[in-house]
Amino acid sequence: MATETVDRREFLTGLAAGGLLLVVSTTGCRRVQDDLRRLARRPDGPKAGDALFTPAVYLRIADNGDVTVIVHRSEMGQGIRTSLAMAVADDLEADWSRVRVEQAPGDEKTYGGQDTDGSHSIKDFLIPMRQAGATGRAMLEAAAAQQWGVPVTEVKAQHHQVLHASSGRALDYAALVAIAKTLPVPAKETLRLKPASEFHLIGKEIPMLDLMDMTTGRAHYGIDQRMDGMKFAVIARPPVYGGTVATVDSTAAEHVSGVERIVRLDHTPPPSGMLPAGGVAVIATSTWAAIQGRNALKITWNDGPNNSYESTAYRAQLEESVRGPGRIGRSQGHTTSALAHAARHLSADYYLPHLAHAPMEPESALALVRDGRCEVWAPTQNPQDARDQLAKLLGISAENVRVNVTLLGGGFGRKSFPDFILEAALLSRAIGAPVKVMWTREDDLQHDFLHTVAVERLEAGLDARGAVTAWLHRSALPSIGSTFAANVLYQDEGETGQGMTDLPYAIPNVQVEAGPATAHTRIGWYRSVINIPHAFAIGSFIDELAHAAGKDSKDFILELLGPDRTVDMANVGVTGKEFNYGATFAEYPIETARLRGVVELAANESGWGAPVPAGHGRGIAVHRSFLSYVASVVQVQIMPDGSIAIPRVDVAIDAGFIAHPERVRSQLEGATIMGLGNALLSEITFKDGRVVQSNFDGYRVMRMDAAPREIHVHIVPSDGKPGGVGEPGVPPTAPALCNAIFAATGRRIRQLPVAAQLSHGERRAPIA
Amino acid sequence: MRVRVNGVDREFAGDAAMPLLWYVRDELGLTGTKFGCGIGACGACTVHLDGRAVRGCQTLVSAAQGKSVTTIEGLSADGTHPVQLAWRAHNVPQCGYCQSGQIMQAAALLTTTPAPSDSDIDKAMRGNICRCGTYLRIRAAIQTVGRS
Repeated sequence: MATETVDRREFLTGLAAGGLLLVVSTTGCRRVQDDLRRLARRPDGPKAGDALFTPAVYLRIADNGDVTVIVHRSEMGQGIRTSLAMAVADDLEADWSRVRVEQAPGDEKTYGGQDTDGSHSIKDFLIPMRQAGATGRAMLEAAAAQQWGVPVTEVKAQHHQVLHASSGRALDYAALVAIAKTLPVPAKETLRLKPASEFHLIGKEIPMLDLMDMTTGRAHYGIDQRMDGMKFAVIARPPVYGGTVATVDSTAAEHVSGVERIVRLDHTPPPSGMLPAGGVAVIATSTWAAIQGRNALKITWNDGPNNSYESTAYRAQLEESVRGPGRIGRSQGHTTSALAHAARHLSADYYLPHLAHAPMEPESALALVRDGRCEVWAPTQNPQDARDQLAKLLGISAENVRVNVTLLGGGFGRKSFPDFILEAALLSRAIGAPVKVMWTREDDLQHDFLHTVAVERLEAGLDARGAVTAWLHRSALPSIGSTFAANVLYQDEGETGQGMTDLPYAIPNVQVEAGPATAHTRIGWYRSVINIPHAFAIGSFIDELAHAAGKDSKDFILELLGPDRTVDMANVGVTGKEFNYGATFAEYPIETARLRGVVELAANESGWGAPVPAGHGRGIAVHRSFLSYVASVVQVQIMPDGSIAIPRVDVAIDAGFIAHPERVRSQLEGATIMGLGNALLSEITFKDGRVVQSNFDGYRVMRMDAAPREIHVHIVPSDGKPGGVGEPGVPPTAPALCNAIFAATGRRIRQLPVAAQLSHGERRAPIA
Repeated sequence: MRVRVNGVDREFAGDAAMPLLWYVRDELGLTGTKFGCGIGACGACTVHLDGRAVRGCQTLVSAAQGKSVTTIEGLSADGTHPVQLAWRAHNVPQCGYCQSGQIMQAAALLTTTPAPSDSDIDKAMRGNICRCGTYLRIRAAIQTVGRS
């Protein structure tokens, strides 16, 4: 299915022309309300009571009975287009073969927050989408009852028909749309959502709607967009954050066959937020010509102060930062004295390097700016920020900007930044023609909004029985906030809240501190975000403590969790939804029974405690993130050459109610592989302010031969509130891996990636 | 020069040093073949040249002169090549971007090695990166075809 987009105005016109259209409020959905409140605070923002001031999901039933669901989340492999359509279609009692989806453009007034990040699409929209379906069903049932002159209580929708059991009559939805669209829309309070026992789609094994297109080359991503008269652009950007062009000689570039124009782009001084880095663009008749043209540019750069950024020296700075007290994020009991008086005092520093998102589809966007209007086609996770930024940069109103969302060839947080979309629009405006900006892999790795780099220091006190009496966690890493504001030295609450301040363990004395860290490159959101360093350090250190206490790692985790309870965060001074993925702790409390549940499930399924062959080892870790609970057990095998094979991973997730188990399993498989790849192989380093790695030869990621031979995903059955799924599988994977390496070898891994520390040769990434 | 692409003879008068990847994408509009790295390190651009899997970014148009190129669009008329069927049976794709290259690589492997071992699959497929991490399902899908 090609990605199609829908225009709200056209949509409403289409309604008048025929079919039943439902605009269903998602109010009651907290995150959206947050966005609306934020909007309302803007001087130029919409006001309450504005007709457009209602976020909505759309459901259209055409006169022939075909159902269209408008999906306002971006598809990047999580299957959200399918999952949300399933939710609508199930409560609509629709025949799945007569359901299709359309992709909504960026439109905050209509849809509320559309940024597809933070693993919250199902959490926030499962119920509103089901309500949309239930609304349609109620209206179709009412239409049939009216047609037959029977009470609505005697009819029932089933499989795209409404049935009247006592008379045996049945009408297809197609025959009911004309009446249904004249009927009043029932109030949300009167809707009856189907009981789970009647689901025919939700919770079932439903293939992705895009599957056929994705296996035949017909799926269209941002990079595949085409338009008559379109030009291709490749840009030389300043290699150092904040750098500018000093001189440019484009004579040779202009002589490259196919090159038509050279265009200078303004640079944005740090903190540059979501704006492009600037540089020199080569406009050509093909991608190849544009690349050749860029290769022929002779540019000298003014690097600016960030050209001293060097990874080894920076690591030393972070280590220095955690040596002393930092900004306190949580303080409970008397940690300093408890550490001083503990029977045993242990400490460890962990280091995690920058990571690049490296989505397989590099950044690319097509833009047409003409006559005061801008239209773009882009693989964006964040269409409305793209729209707002385009409007601001071009000096036109957002109403005159249309952002069409294509399929994303991977996102992982990178495509929440619209810099590449802005580049396309600036260049289209400059040359008066449609422009597709193409990023090469070198551009992608060297101009990413990188995952941060971190040093995490942990200290703990053990009593004579091996129980943990005190816990000190210091974390120093450049904050994502530094990309958006000057002089940001510390993680914010949303960052410390990813594992540190929300520590769930039953430890009487806990202190959590953020150390200062200055950013020298653009820091962004990478799948699982700051949980990656925090969970690695915590999951590794708990394993270290277990061994120090002479206890089984799994038993030690359960002991540390303490009795089943809801962790009283207010009592430890951590309140506010910024610490809890945008939810209050009342809505989504930290429940230790759920942590215990996934630990026991993963452990039992993995054969934890049973002997492993010589050279093998198992490791375990558990982490709550994005309001879900995941435990991983990784089994490693140390090969004769010292390299590491991974025969098996067991991963258990409690994400509350599961709408689409097939895609949950695929997300957990993918998160496990990404987590293992991050830990084993991936590292971005800087020298002279420049990213050293330039492509997949230097920036190594997990490949087929190094991937686990088996990944078993175990889903905890639950009818609880849905949590996130896309991200929570990543954080426990790396500590489980390194704990397994310790179990197999006795060697403790405290810095990532692992590969650089292997004693013998490592598997080389092939250059085919 | 003349290049046969998906059974159709094409005349190409442009830069003979242009990689096949950009020729099929930009000139012919066959966008199923994907760009991933440009150095032959990721496999997203894999196409068949006289039935053999090659990297479109490392194969110049001139090297395809007089030869037959098959892209994902030409692998089967209706998406029913056994590898495509197996890919769907195993719900392999996530974002789907790398899957054209994975499918073309797997199809070539299964032509030369109809019942590949685990190590055959490792060797043939390790050059194709999937950042979504669909490797286990790719392996299972190849094994399904191999067994049939």
